[in-house]
Amino acid sequence: MTRPEDVLVQRLGEAVVEQVRFRDDLTLIVPREHMLRALEIAGSTGFRLLTDLTAVDRHPAQPRFDVIYMLTSVEQHARIRFMVHLAADQTMPSATSLWPGANWLEREVFDLFGIRFDGHPDLRRILMPDDWEGHPLRKDYPLVEEPVEFKGHTPKVPSEIIPKSKPKLL
Amino acid sequence: MKETLVLNMGPQHPATHGVLRLVLELEGEVILNLEPVIGYLHTGFEKEMETRTYHQNIVFPPRIEYLATFIEEQAYVLAVEKLLGITAPKRAEVIRLILAELSRIASHLVYLGTAAIDLNVTSLLMYCFRDREEILDIFEMVSGQRMMHGYFRIGGLQWDLPQGFAERVQRFLDDFPRRLDEYETLLTDNLIWRKRTEGVAVLSAEDAIRYGCTGPVLRGSGVSYDVRKAFPYGGYADYEFDVPVGSNGDAFDRYRVRMDEMRQSRRIILQALRGLPEGPILVDDRKVALPPRRELVRSMEAVIHQFKLVSEGIHPPAGEVYASVESPRGEKGYYIVSDGSNRPVRVRVRSASFNNLQALPVMLRRGTVADVVVAIASIDIVLGDVDR
Repeated sequence: MTRPEDVLVQRLGEAVVEQVRFRDDLTLIVPREHMLRALEIAGSTGFRLLTDLTAVDRHPAQPRFDVIYMLTSVEQHARIRFMVHLAADQTMPSATSLWPGANWLEREVFDLFGIRFDGHPDLRRILMPDDWEGHPLRKDYPLVEEPVEFKGHTPKVPSEIIPKSKPKLL
Repeated sequence: MKETLVLNMGPQHPATHGVLRLVLELEGEVILNLEPVIGYLHTGFEKEMETRTYHQNIVFPPRIEYLATFIEEQAYVLAVEKLLGITAPKRAEVIRLILAELSRIASHLVYLGTAAIDLNVTSLLMYCFRDREEILDIFEMVSGQRMMHGYFRIGGLQWDLPQGFAERVQRFLDDFPRRLDEYETLLTDNLIWRKRTEGVAVLSAEDAIRYGCTGPVLRGSGVSYDVRKAFPYGGYADYEFDVPVGSNGDAFDRYRVRMDEMRQSRRIILQALRGLPEGPILVDDRKVALPPRRELVRSMEAVIHQFKLVSEGIHPPAGEVYASVESPRGEKGYYIVSDGSNRPVRVRVRSASFNNLQALPVMLRRGTVADVVVAIASIDIVLGDVDR
């Protein structure tokens, strides 16, 4: 039996730059300009549920952002993940024309990462207050922890109790 | 042209189940436009989780979604285990599953009680909370905490079950069907309940999928999608259970789906209790799980492993995984990106409530103000889960 994700990869053809398979999760890396078309094809191949739309900040690496779309086929029980590498000054085409449910998800990505979506009907902040400055999930946005107000002892802020280690070579 | 009125509902309102604000545009009683305004409970869990080790992060999931705490913990540890490429021992898996299903019952009981009290059926809230309290007592017996347990570990559990656990769960489950039937008599045969929920807040299957709804909201609309069946995790493939599905997609069908789900959860727990295997409750991988206490006095190696795990934490390989579970509200997923260090680069919490809430304006198109309360209760949102 051919799996739905194989059918999809075949239908997408040239649009897929790279396929990454890690722990049984299949990620298709698609260039920005082909993304909307790829989502449309995926939707018509049975991946009708937009499970999630999110982003990852790779700062200081270039290109800076990854935008991630997770689709699920409700009938055939299959999942697929799309990833777009996006430079800091680039925008994404909005998927709201395909899934109205992408509306809030894109607003959240805009709010927390500052990635703009072209063609979004109402791109405003959603979780942070309207007058907030900066985009909290960016790596260069500092995590400020509340200072302790008593003297005689300077406790470590929780995020420094166990410092970040270098990646281990396996 | 008729005059319209803009009405603000919430964020502090008893029927919004938390801090949800709705901006309603009304023409008389009829809703022309509805916009949910969220973010009042945004606490930045995703950012916070980037600054802690994988193990420290176990405390966050039950705080994100505080009604189905064990399911939330299960979702997170399963995601990290998938990243590491390990699975918990069979006994730990079954214990997790029992506790997760008990969480589902506890969460659905809160839904039932609050949905009923929104329509003025006050006594049901007390009954439901009484039953939920019994489940929370079981949780306290197991983990020491009623809600924020921190009992699951990456690769297993913190400790084994206490004595008398199985008997206590059995006792609760023996009496539970009788109580459920009683509650159903109070609601299903109640004329007011039926008139206020049947044909109210209708969501078609097509719209439910287009808006990314999952859980009882999607199943109430007639789509049989349950993560436990579609992508079995944590041992669910070994158990027999049905996925209740509605047909009309109204508030009443969502209520029926949840009632049946509680019965199915009971069925799963009974099977799991019967087949609870003996054996270890934590993986025997010293790079992931702490060595047993008794080894520390005899083995230098165990001491080193203990020290490294406590002072640095685990180092999963670089990569990204998505693991999801079926929470009482729908598909709850954790998308974790690792660079090979002891902290995740990104933890994305895919919350079901967020997507389900987005479909609220569709459910209430041309509805009345009184239906707003019913609709919110019927999607059973947890604002901590919406705002994260």
